[in-house]
Amino acid sequence: MTLLSTRAMTKNFAGLTAVNAVDFDLPKGEIRALIGPNGAGKTTFVSLLCGRIEPTSGTVEFDGADISHLPAHKRINLGMAYTFQITSVFARLSVFENVALAARKRVHGTAQVAQAVHAALDQVDLNDRAEQIAGDLSYGHQRLLEIAMGLVQRPRLLILDEPTQGLTDSEIDAFKALVRGLKDTTTILLIEHNMSVVMETADRITVLNFGEILAEGTPTEIHADARVQAAYLGTG
Amino acid sequence: MSDRQKTVLLHGGLLALLLGLQFVLPAYHHGNLARIMVLAVYAMGYNIMFGYTGLLSLGHALFFAAGMYGMGMSVQLLGATPAPAMIGGLIAGAVVAAALGALALRTADVAFMIVTLMFAQAGYLAVLYFGSVTRGDEGFVIQQAQRMMMGIDLSDATNRYFAAFILFALCLIAVLWLVQSPFGKVLVAIRENEERARMLGYDVFRHKLIAVILSGTMSAAAGAAYGLLFGYVGATFASVQYSIFPLLWVLLGGAGTALGPFIGTLFMFYLIDLSSNVTSAYMLIAGVALVVLTLFAPQGLIGEVRSRIWRWLP
Amino acid sequence: MEIGPYILLASLEGAVTAAVLALTAVGLSLVFGVMRVVNVAHGEFFMLGAVLAWWVAQSVGGHPAVGFAAALVIAPLLVAAIAVVADMTVLKRIEYDPERTIVATIGILYIIQQVTLMTYGPDARPVEPPFNTRLAIPWFEFVDGKFQMYWPWGLSTTSYKLSVIAAAGVVLVGVWLMMARTKIGLLMRATQLDRETALAFGIPVERIYAIVFGMGAGLAALAAVLIVPIQQAHYLMGGDPLLLSFIVVIIGGLGSLPGTVLAAILIGLSDGIISVFFSPTLAKILATLLVALVLVFRPQGLFGVKTR
Repeated sequence: MTLLSTRAMTKNFAGLTAVNAVDFDLPKGEIRALIGPNGAGKTTFVSLLCGRIEPTSGTVEFDGADISHLPAHKRINLGMAYTFQITSVFARLSVFENVALAARKRVHGTAQVAQAVHAALDQVDLNDRAEQIAGDLSYGHQRLLEIAMGLVQRPRLLILDEPTQGLTDSEIDAFKALVRGLKDTTTILLIEHNMSVVMETADRITVLNFGEILAEGTPTEIHADARVQAAYLGTG
Repeated sequence: MSDRQKTVLLHGGLLALLLGLQFVLPAYHHGNLARIMVLAVYAMGYNIMFGYTGLLSLGHALFFAAGMYGMGMSVQLLGATPAPAMIGGLIAGAVVAAALGALALRTADVAFMIVTLMFAQAGYLAVLYFGSVTRGDEGFVIQQAQRMMMGIDLSDATNRYFAAFILFALCLIAVLWLVQSPFGKVLVAIRENEERARMLGYDVFRHKLIAVILSGTMSAAAGAAYGLLFGYVGATFASVQYSIFPLLWVLLGGAGTALGPFIGTLFMFYLIDLSSNVTSAYMLIAGVALVVLTLFAPQGLIGEVRSRIWRWLP
Repeated sequence: MEIGPYILLASLEGAVTAAVLALTAVGLSLVFGVMRVVNVAHGEFFMLGAVLAWWVAQSVGGHPAVGFAAALVIAPLLVAAIAVVADMTVLKRIEYDPERTIVATIGILYIIQQVTLMTYGPDARPVEPPFNTRLAIPWFEFVDGKFQMYWPWGLSTTSYKLSVIAAAGVVLVGVWLMMARTKIGLLMRATQLDRETALAFGIPVERIYAIVFGMGAGLAALAAVLIVPIQQAHYLMGGDPLLLSFIVVIIGGLGSLPGTVLAAILIGLSDGIISVFFSPTLAKILATLLVALVLVFRPQGLFGVKTR
């Protein structure tokens, strides 16, 4: 069963084709990693999926429905969640309120919201900082807060844009465990540079290069793919 | 004590104080305070947009005047009594706000400020242009006989104070409730980071439009009450100056605080009142205040209190 | 008077308005273009130019031309100096944040206006024009199959009004030459294009900003000195030029100098002609609504080309 698919998805920026006629299918329940060299169009591609930017042409389907013309907020309400690559929390609000804003789309009532927030903060181990101002958190903790804001929405599709950037090794280990734990409930699309995270969590990998899909397969297949090695992995 | 209890205590305390003051204040200050409470309602309305949603309007006189003329025209042309006339003012404000919001919210930042300024200027000029109905610059007086509400004479000082107090209390409670509600928290989220709010699934345009309508309607309520309680409707209240005033009051008192608009209005009213005894150039005070606040205290008085002492202030 | 000569007269008056408006609006446009800030106090710099012109002409005395010539030099320079001080003490300190700049310049607006009221007073005062010859204008009529020339009563202009148009043209060409051909113009354009890169290349952006803000105010003041022999100086005279400049700058496309000049000519001329047929209030209502709707539906201006 396919949760998300695109057909001929294309985005031009003033003559530069960032994403070029991408056909992409993501089955329900899969953890998919999206990798590729810098400037391959990864962030542009996921921004097209969740409606942050308008495509030049092409269609997106989510759960069998064409969502190509829905504005971003409606796509999110269908069960997508997006965590920003460049940390984009509400810097002057508390950690609790940041997550609560994400939670209130799903749960209602003060007590229920608080419960959901604390559960999500527990998952990223930030519960003891709930009352801090988000802008005062360290960079790594802000990344974790972003993830918590994604988790609390209980999305059907969770799009994580470089979630482990700036995390410590132990935080990265915790993140791997967290992602594996979500496997039963959530489909995940993960943009990631850290190869150990990709290899240990992803079911399948899509490699993007110059805005086109270069290869797709299991981690082992991708690891062995000569074209991928040439384009991206270098010496592997 | 929980934050909620402290909030109730502080704001309830202010209301009790204002209620009590009317028995002790000398006539002059008694009248001033009634005026300040009505103008503070205007400032609170402005604050919903500017303070909580981050939309800086330079055209709020349009809403204030819509309420005032909606009320005044109902009395003049339809012979309405105060209660229906007030409702006429509120409806006028809400309609104007919805129309302006639907157009102006297509822009953002500086363009939004200029668009609101221009629409308000067009509104002011329209009041002058249709002078045969509005009486233009000269304005018109609402007679004592027209200010009788269910047997209560609103031109009487005590009744007037009471009416102003009730309006102020209702609006203060409404604002407190609004900003603690999930809806109000989304407004703050939009102010803080619009793109993030959108990517959490919130319909930003709809939230902003509702904020503009609420803000415009509350400003209109102040305009209507001002005309009704003080018996005069005139084009001055639609001019640019009356768009700048609520900005000034809210900046001084503290944008995005429930108490700020009242405190700002109170201070600025007396500053201008005192200086107009000395010079006719009393707007100099407003100018200096705007520059000094922008430079040194962008958070305003209550904003400073919140960031230094009482972090729980709503 | 018949309608033909009447419209010619309105166009001539409109051309004077357009000339002065073009200068004022180019000042506002320059500031917006380079600094990306909206100067709400721009109209007060205009007013200050007129009031200082009266003051200079008054203190110099002698032949009107001497006083006027002195005012033409001194008033814009003084106003520019005041603007530079405002830039360095206020705008620079709030780092040219667009919204806070608007609030601060509203404050500056009231400070300038009210200090003028306290010192210069509430009266309107004239400045004598340096020369003012009445020039009658002929009109042609088609009677019995041949042209006849005659001099309709009231159809005239003055040598001063014509020279205002000429002077504005010269100054505008000067501004354009400065922007296009000089080093300081190049630095301004570089700053306009990309502030960060300009900084990285060692362009003294803050000094450029101060110069641009001073120049913008100076142009408004110069426009006011030119118009004050026709209009009189009054402390509340800044409102209309501010509104009209806004209209011109927005319709011409924010920050575009040719667009601004074109829009100034259009608005100035049509203002004169429209007010023949409509009440000036209605004309202003239509103009303000036009500006608002242009910003809402066509933010690049009527003459601008859509970028991005």
